[in-house]
Amino acid sequence: MEFGLTESQVLLKDNARKFFAGECPMEEVRRLMTTDTAYDAALWNKMVEQGYTGVIFPEEYGGVGLGKVELILLMEEAGRALLPGPLFSTVVLAGSVLDAVATAVQKKEYLSSICSGDARSTVAILESGGSWNLADLQMTGASGKLTGEKLFVPDAKVADFIIVVARDGVFLVDSKAAGLDIQPMEALDLTRKLYSVRFNGTPAQQLGNTAGLARAFDVAATALVAEMVGGMQRSLDITVEYAKMRKQFGHPIGMFQAVQHQCADMYLETESARSAAYYAAWTLEVNAPDAAVAVSIAKMYASDAARTVGNRGIQVHGGMGFTWENDLHLYYRRAKASETAFGDSTFHRERIARLVIDASAASVRSA
Amino acid sequence: MDLNLNAEEIKFRDELRAWLDANVPRDWAEWREKPLEESFTYMRAWQRKLHEGRWAAVSWPKEYGGRSATLMQTAIFWEEMSRAQAPSMANALGLGLIGPTIIAFGTEAQKKRYIPKILSAEEIWCQGFSEPNAGSDLAGLQTQARLEGDHYIVNGQKVWTSYGWVGDWCELVVRTDPNLPKHKGLTVLLVDMKSPGVEVRPLRQITGESEFNELFFRDVRVPVENVLGKVNDGWNVAVSTLMYERGSYGARLHLMFKRSIERLIELSRTIQKNGQPAACDPLTRQKLAQLYAEVEIMRLNQLRAFSRITATGVPGPEGSILKIFWSELNQRLQQVAQELMGPYGQLVTGDRRAVDKGIWSYGYLRTRGNTIEAGTSEVQRNIIGHFVLGLPRSY
Repeated sequence: MEFGLTESQVLLKDNARKFFAGECPMEEVRRLMTTDTAYDAALWNKMVEQGYTGVIFPEEYGGVGLGKVELILLMEEAGRALLPGPLFSTVVLAGSVLDAVATAVQKKEYLSSICSGDARSTVAILESGGSWNLADLQMTGASGKLTGEKLFVPDAKVADFIIVVARDGVFLVDSKAAGLDIQPMEALDLTRKLYSVRFNGTPAQQLGNTAGLARAFDVAATALVAEMVGGMQRSLDITVEYAKMRKQFGHPIGMFQAVQHQCADMYLETESARSAAYYAAWTLEVNAPDAAVAVSIAKMYASDAARTVGNRGIQVHGGMGFTWENDLHLYYRRAKASETAFGDSTFHRERIARLVIDASAASVRSA
Repeated sequence: MDLNLNAEEIKFRDELRAWLDANVPRDWAEWREKPLEESFTYMRAWQRKLHEGRWAAVSWPKEYGGRSATLMQTAIFWEEMSRAQAPSMANALGLGLIGPTIIAFGTEAQKKRYIPKILSAEEIWCQGFSEPNAGSDLAGLQTQARLEGDHYIVNGQKVWTSYGWVGDWCELVVRTDPNLPKHKGLTVLLVDMKSPGVEVRPLRQITGESEFNELFFRDVRVPVENVLGKVNDGWNVAVSTLMYERGSYGARLHLMFKRSIERLIELSRTIQKNGQPAACDPLTRQKLAQLYAEVEIMRLNQLRAFSRITATGVPGPEGSILKIFWSELNQRLQQVAQELMGPYGQLVTGDRRAVDKGIWSYGYLRTRGNTIEAGTSEVQRNIIGHFVLGLPRSY
């Protein structure tokens, strides 16, 4: 039993950290967040060169064929850098859904175009009810045409094709298709843009049924948790650095226990979320029987912890934490968006209850 | 990263499991409810049996009676002990903390003299660290040891000494040089509790029991060969003991916590909330799921720490998050138990309506101590702040 990273995993993580620090420093994040889409083609191409767009996908589709643990190490570093743009939407989200539900022919076309870096994509899930419970979805697509509206779709404006989760299946829509209207939704996170996507008899091809989605969403949720861990780590680092430097009453404020203990709690929460994320990724990688519970535990914990770490970081910064100039709020905004994506802590506690309390009740009854 | 057991770990587990199947006594449940003075004899006998099977201290080096088990194997050991509902071992401090410290700092003669009897539970060890005026500020302790020929003469008082009432030997931290800065003038002595001038008084605690004692030392003579480590280097020796305490204890607790949350889930099916079983009440479900998740994260934090210690060789200050995590989680768990049981939660052992013979009202009080013993949560957070995050010392 070994919970540490292998040498090659450490190398991948270190390289990703250096890559993002070099190619997407905070000045670049701040520049991109003021653009319409937060997408930069040059940065995208560099990520393609690194193999990031094909990181977990099979080599037959042009992917690199690495595992879920490698994926989340990459996403942790992307989260630390607060990487703007559609890496998550395209690779983690659309890629995982394609990988899980599409036919081999469809993968050859669409998953290959993601791996090669030629296409950006996203997945449209939520409807006006805002529920992450797929049973609540209304839109149907079996007729070969989609009508209705999807909301909170990340990076839809730069997607070359959009994957749509409907009641009766998973569909793919070309972004140039007729009857497609994509409008921005103004939201807290400036680095990952959200859109409403309206379909009006829009032609769509079915990729598969919704049965395989749970697993794809578990991969996406775990990668998102890893991204949140990266953001928490950076928030902690920024805060500790500030607490060492900022002086009041003649001392660095980090000398005062009220401040130290906030930082210690940030550390505890960050490390705990990291343990949960790494474990969830491993359970997905090996198809462990507790994978679904492990993912919900990770997303549940990180959803609360990312917010709390942000709260503490801003508090320790005092007035500086309340300014636009300080980077913390950019992470705090992302943390809020990520908290609700794929279900917040309340959602996942209920999922854990179903998997643990109700399942054990069933086994009690059958015994 | 591979969280499956490897072949050697499976072999270790299977061998242990077979041994436990054959040897765990079936009547521990009755004994554990008896007063500690009575059940202790039982725990001594059990430890002796484990020792005969070479299972008493698996993590110790083979040459000292252990199995040179890895940290992961040690974690497996505690999981299996808990799974088998095995009794506790009598010499918990000797095996968990003091033995490893003697192995690390002791002379060959000391190791030979003390280690075998720690293993066999022939000699029970206690820990003389805290004092009335030195709790969190342990290095400020005042118990004095004055050198007189080939003996130290010890005078002072210790508190919160677990196993003091039954202790044969004590790992005692004393001040040997009052002129040095407070961390530098300390020395660890191995003290025979039967020495003239040692007095042990019970300390009645919040639960009504006396797990702990006060120790009084009046002109107690301790031979110089009983110094553990170097004279005036006692702080390093003591901190090493505390690191073992913080690093390893959580591994033993995980399965106990897991059993508690599983029991609460079981109870939630029969206890009614708002006209339905609590297991169907949305708020109760949220609380139970939160606990379930945190108990799992406690395990994962522990495993990650083990991998880190395996890589670096020593338990580090990061161990403090494990201590904070389990102690505060245990308090939350007890509070959820209280909410679940409503008025029944307050009933104590002996009341015929008490749930699970009163373990929950006991646990509610006992867990207040969790965030205090073995370093308060505040001290643990100071350790993280200074030693992990590099913030300036606050004191």
